[in-house]
Amino acid sequence: MSKKLKAVIIGPGNIGTDLLMKMQRSEWVEPVWMVGIDPESEGLKRAKEMGMKISSTGIDGMLDQVIKDDIRVAFDATSAYVHAENSRKLNELGVIMVDLTPAAIGPFCVPPVNLKKHASQLEMNVNMVTCGGQATIPMVAAVSQVQDVEYGEIVATVSSRSIGPGTRQNIDEFTRTTAGAVEAVGGADKGKAIIIVNPAEPPLMMRDTVHCLTKEKPDQAAITTSVHNMVKEVQKYVPGYKLVNGPIFDGNKVSVFMEVEGLGDFLPKYAGNLDIMTAAGLRTAEMFAEEAYNGTITLPERG
Amino acid sequence: MDLTGKKVTLHDMSLRDGMHAKRHQLSLEQMVAISTGLDDAGIPLIEVTHGDGLGGSSLNYGFPAHTDEEYLNAVIPKMKNAKVSALLLPGIGTVDHLKMARDCGVNTIRVATHCTEADVSEQHIGMAAKMDMDTVGFLMMAHMVSAEKILEQAKLMESYGANCIYCTDSAGYMLPDEVSEKIGLLRSELNPNTELGFHGHHNMGMAIANSLAAVDAGANRIDGSVAGLGAGAGNTPLEVFVAVLDRMHANHGVDLYKIMDVAEDLVVPLMDQPIRVDRDALTLGYAGVYSSFLLFAQRAEAKYGIQARDILVELGRRGTVGGQEDMIEDLALTMAKEKGLI
Repeated sequence: MSKKLKAVIIGPGNIGTDLLMKMQRSEWVEPVWMVGIDPESEGLKRAKEMGMKISSTGIDGMLDQVIKDDIRVAFDATSAYVHAENSRKLNELGVIMVDLTPAAIGPFCVPPVNLKKHASQLEMNVNMVTCGGQATIPMVAAVSQVQDVEYGEIVATVSSRSIGPGTRQNIDEFTRTTAGAVEAVGGADKGKAIIIVNPAEPPLMMRDTVHCLTKEKPDQAAITTSVHNMVKEVQKYVPGYKLVNGPIFDGNKVSVFMEVEGLGDFLPKYAGNLDIMTAAGLRTAEMFAEEAYNGTITLPERG
Repeated sequence: MDLTGKKVTLHDMSLRDGMHAKRHQLSLEQMVAISTGLDDAGIPLIEVTHGDGLGGSSLNYGFPAHTDEEYLNAVIPKMKNAKVSALLLPGIGTVDHLKMARDCGVNTIRVATHCTEADVSEQHIGMAAKMDMDTVGFLMMAHMVSAEKILEQAKLMESYGANCIYCTDSAGYMLPDEVSEKIGLLRSELNPNTELGFHGHHNMGMAIANSLAAVDAGANRIDGSVAGLGAGAGNTPLEVFVAVLDRMHANHGVDLYKIMDVAEDLVVPLMDQPIRVDRDALTLGYAGVYSSFLLFAQRAEAKYGIQARDILVELGRRGTVGGQEDMIEDLALTMAKEKGLI
């Protein structure tokens, strides 16, 4: 059998298209279907030109092809409102769901921190948190893996051009979800998230600042090593993930200053915030594929 | 300029913008003393929260001496006539904070966004309006874009339910002609029932002149701060503005001697540093940089040996906006590395 997991992408917008371009280079995941709701949409036309099978009537337009085409993994880049139904229908057919919406019905997944655990347990729905979460939670975890963090705070600054109407209409969802994942995945007792939208032209690269308060005096050498190691882990799937300054220490406060440059596939390089979401989503599916190939997990039975 | 008989609603900032100058460390007793003094002087509206608004408590902006809830609960029950307002920056505070503020008795919610990003305020303005609060859309760093752009963004906030729109000179950069143009366009194009406000900073010494220009062009709410206690070189000093309005026979409803005494007896003694146009505050105005960056840049100068002025000018060149305080230490570190200081 082929080691590649066959995939459906739901949502042919910026995220879905960028994901498709990355997936075409993947050794572990093969894009087969692109699903939209508007037959006239640029995204669906583009996907068709790129050789994808397309449905313009949502996932209902392709559910009967899931088994025949051996679709094993789905990426949902639509909205929190429709995600639950998409996930239920595809999970029933044994398709693993990678959720790029803020719905978060499954556990949060930040690849270098907890993906291995989710994959080994064959979680059928994992949520990719938020762009700010993907960029910062690895750093919170790098500190909390060394010693207890009683408070973790992240500040994500994104270019105005890189955030769409969905995020803008519900920016509280970003702050709440990210803060929750700083705790649940980052390992801080209490989390806080701040997002700043900057309209400068030319657009600025995504910037992220992470502050942690450790319970005891920080072990500077161990934290510095842990941070550098974690940066390398993220760079495996986001090469433009860069430590600009830090870690710097001030009493029990540990601060790191990050920049995220995208690969510039479909989205411009400054949109590192979107790139890190698609790259993390793909990395997640690849890990499931690797584990299945190695026999550590067994994908749902199919007749 | 003839402001005879014009009604001006003065809005005090000392207990919110002033929190920047106090590193968010005002005590509950200080807040109560100043707010009751202002109430007694006839100030109709007083803003109370962390300097960065509801939910601003953070390592990035500074942890306050007390929570927003504690400050609001200390001040609001003591007010005889004055109402209390709270600031909220989407991306920092959430509708949960907004509901908390309403439950504490806050009358006015001011939802603040960068002047080009009004569409992040829809859920907060919508919620405040739905709860029947006095709902203000507050467009920050308004010097960075044209009057037409401000109008476009103001119309968005108006459409979400704001009954008042502010043109906010967060950097203290504007000169009176710019204020006249922006407020004038808003006045001619927004709904006639929508109130207009102006929030100034004194970094170029223009806060009084700009506030007068705003009133002349159609603004009826003017922010100021008793003794100027606020970020940068401070806000429009309210006691001075009251005296000027008095001379111009405008209708402001404030007792000049009483507010002078609040400034002199209560506010000046608690200042950690003189609130004046020093070279760094002047640089904020000159380079168009967010006023609350001042003390952060001065601390970075002390820590890394890079002049605050150089840091502020570079932040202006990069187009930083309100809330990007984290970039100050980051930039100081980068500049110090380049100079071989660390």
